[in-house]
Amino acid sequence: MELNGAQIVIQSLKDEGVEYIFGYPGGAVLHLYDAIFQQDDVKHILVRHEQGATHAADGYARSTGKPGVVLVTSGPGATNAVTGIATAYMDSIPMVVISGQVPSAVIGSDAFQEVDMVGITRPCVKHNFLVKDVTKIAETIKKAFYVATSGRPGPVVIDIPKDITAPDVKVSYSYPKKVEMRSYHPATTGNKGQIKKAIELLLTAQRPVIYSGGGVVLGEGSQELIELAHLLGFPVTQTLMGLGAFPSTDKQFIGMLGMHGTYEANMTMHESDLILAIGARFDDRVTGKLDLFCPYAKIIHVDIDPASISKTVKVGVPIVGEVKLVIRQLIDGLKEAKYKIDKKAAESWWQQVNQWRSIQCLEFDRNSRAIKPQFVIEQMYEVTRGEAFVTSDVGQHQMWAAQYYPFDKPRRWINSGGLGTMGFGLPAAIGVKLAHPDADVACVTGDASIQMCIQELSTALQYKTPIKIINLNNNYLGMVRQWQEFSYESRYSHSYMETIPDFVKLAEAYGHVGIRIDKPEDVRPALEKAFAMKDRTVFLDILTDRTENVYPMIETGKSHHDMKLRVAIGTTTDRELS
Amino acid sequence: MRHVIAILIENEAGALSRVAGLFSARGYNIESLTVAPTEDASLSRMTLVTRGSEDVVEQIIKQLNKLIDVVKLIDLEETIHIERELMLVKIKTADKMRDELRSVVDIFRGKIIDVTPTSYVIEMTGTSDKLDAFIATVDKNSIIEVVRSGATGISRGEKGLHL
Ligand SMILES: Cc1cc2nc3c(=O)[nH]c(=O)nc-3n(C[C@H](O)[C@H](O)[C@H](O)COP(=O)(O)OP(=O)(O)OC[C@H]3O[C@@H](n4cnc5c(N)ncnc54)[C@H](O)[C@@H]3O)c2cc1C
Ligand SMILES: Cc1ncc(C[n+]2csc(CCOP(=O)(O)OP(=O)(O)O)c2C)c(N)n1
Ligand SMILES: [Mg+2]
Repeated sequence: MELNGAQIVIQSLKDEGVEYIFGYPGGAVLHLYDAIFQQDDVKHILVRHEQGATHAADGYARSTGKPGVVLVTSGPGATNAVTGIATAYMDSIPMVVISGQVPSAVIGSDAFQEVDMVGITRPCVKHNFLVKDVTKIAETIKKAFYVATSGRPGPVVIDIPKDITAPDVKVSYSYPKKVEMRSYHPATTGNKGQIKKAIELLLTAQRPVIYSGGGVVLGEGSQELIELAHLLGFPVTQTLMGLGAFPSTDKQFIGMLGMHGTYEANMTMHESDLILAIGARFDDRVTGKLDLFCPYAKIIHVDIDPASISKTVKVGVPIVGEVKLVIRQLIDGLKEAKYKIDKKAAESWWQQVNQWRSIQCLEFDRNSRAIKPQFVIEQMYEVTRGEAFVTSDVGQHQMWAAQYYPFDKPRRWINSGGLGTMGFGLPAAIGVKLAHPDADVACVTGDASIQMCIQELSTALQYKTPIKIINLNNNYLGMVRQWQEFSYESRYSHSYMETIPDFVKLAEAYGHVGIRIDKPEDVRPALEKAFAMKDRTVFLDILTDRTENVYPMIETGKSHHDMKLRVAIGTTTDRELS
Repeated sequence: MRHVIAILIENEAGALSRVAGLFSARGYNIESLTVAPTEDASLSRMTLVTRGSEDVVEQIIKQLNKLIDVVKLIDLEETIHIERELMLVKIKTADKMRDELRSVVDIFRGKIIDVTPTSYVIEMTGTSDKLDAFIATVDKNSIIEVVRSGATGISRGEKGLHL
């Protein structure tokens, strides 16, 4: 088959099984857009800002496990995409971003809309390519998808100069079935010797805990994790990125750990004598002060990326491999092992854990006359029967969504953890809804975050992706305000916006339904109404208690057993800060 | 600790900047870095000298290995190895100093490869320490120019770094 460069790009995407491209046109990609125009197999979603394209592709990827695909033009199109690429990079999300580049002949001459995209993105991609020859396009695209989706996933950028996609240069096309890269061999099963050591430790531990993370979601290891956890009977805690991989409603689950983790999860970690870390990277939001991190514990760490192991916390038993395969090895090893878990020790350990649990660190004032954000999330959980896909932005609302919506399945909780990108939630929800048209998709956001990619409301209308936006409106950059309250004697420097839009009118202006709620008793009915409107995007602007803080909290420089808890469950009667 | 890391990397545009970028982004230090194509034109070989605690060097090696363009690498510190660096030095030479300088160059097994009435260019190879020692013996004020290649290295014996 003889095709030109632009046709080769689109045909390769089709042969790769790509359903959607999220993109925005411009000079350097006009040939590509012409090729898109002439086919219907790969559907193009026209966003309103390139950042939106990357987050939408990201939401699509997180909710399906398939790579998200983005197409942007050179220069400003490319730089607008960088935030979304970095967001995907930090959370190891598979994504392929095609950027147009100025023609080969003028690269390096400060040509119109030229930026060094390969250079700019180098620190925030898994890999990137500059295509210099039409005959290399198909192979490069194949490699890009392979690298993006295998091993520890991540974004890959393909920068294509305009002349490479020119209509008049045709070459023969065939899409490679496989690629071999001599310099890239992702790990598979774990080292047998290390597995043996791990099993010995697992069977002799007195106060063990499983700490699992995003790697279990990314590596589709949820079933294996559940099986292993049930076999061992250990308490399970998960990172923000891991939520859902182990069911939150399972009685072995003790909540999220880390800065805003539960009292029981953090205490269990602190007092444990053995940590089985699976697909988690000992992030600073999780460990707190490193010198004080889990002083009594031996650590087994399963991760596909050797660089994640012993990066911040020294690990005794490193196991490099795919979660799915390594957990299976552990299960098999445990079943064959001669001795069994010490039942007595397990019982007394659970007694301790349950005592920590009994503090009920997530309890909040249920009689408040102001709407408590936690209450909104709880109600949303009930209305959606725990089955929704929930995206979020970044801030207090993100933590409340994580704490009060117990996810039972992986890929349902979709948020930016590593980069913490405000503006992520709305476009991500559009990507999720495209992938799961029949599911409930909610975007939990805040009055500040939602304004960062608000333009995508227009995309949601055009492509009929009816999502529910739950705006926990505290009229503050709440997370910033909370830190200023705790660490800067309540000097609220620029964490308050004197003007915010009328979100109801704004939603209506974009062609959607807007509803404002300011009384607790109206929350449930409004949620029910919103989720019942199956074919409309609904913006719920919920005026919540402005003084509310996220608890528990481990402040900077503190360790797991040193948490700030909600001291007294006082009654807040109005929304004003005293 | 000083570590000499030998790297086989795809000979592609941008491969060098991936390595250099990694070091600046993660705050690792590079003492020297040399790179040239190998007998296989598709591969370049780099020798990178860095300093850091064992933990830092372990991370450096893992991060280098993670670069898609890196095909293979070894930490030469873990093997018995040979290290060589090339140095060219231009020195001002008054007549009376010439004999003395020539004998020092001989002791260090260097060569004088360019002579003018007022200067010598000296070529010398050896470990970086040896080159340092030579510079230390020469009168500082007489040195016009020093150019060093940075260390390169190879392990002893039959085993080698190849595909
Ligand atoms: C405002 C805010 C507050 C936060 N507070 C918290 C908090 O209280 N608690 C918390 O936990 N986080 C919190 N975070 C998130 C935090 O910043 C990190 O993003 C998160 O802790 C990292 O999760 P993770 O360790 O699961 O790693 P991920 O980033 O999900 O990384 C996954 C790991 O798994 C490995 N992996 C990937 N695929 C596989 C595979 N197939 N097999 C094996 N391994 C694999 C990867 O190599 C990597 O090491 C917060 C973020 C924000 C924005
Ligand atoms: C792009 C970006 N800029 C700045 C920040 C820092 N930041 C983190 S949370 C936050 C406030 C978010 O406010 P809002 O969306 O209203 O959420 P709330 O905390 O009030 O629930 C800010 C400014 C960020 N995470 N991302
Ligand atoms: Mg807010």
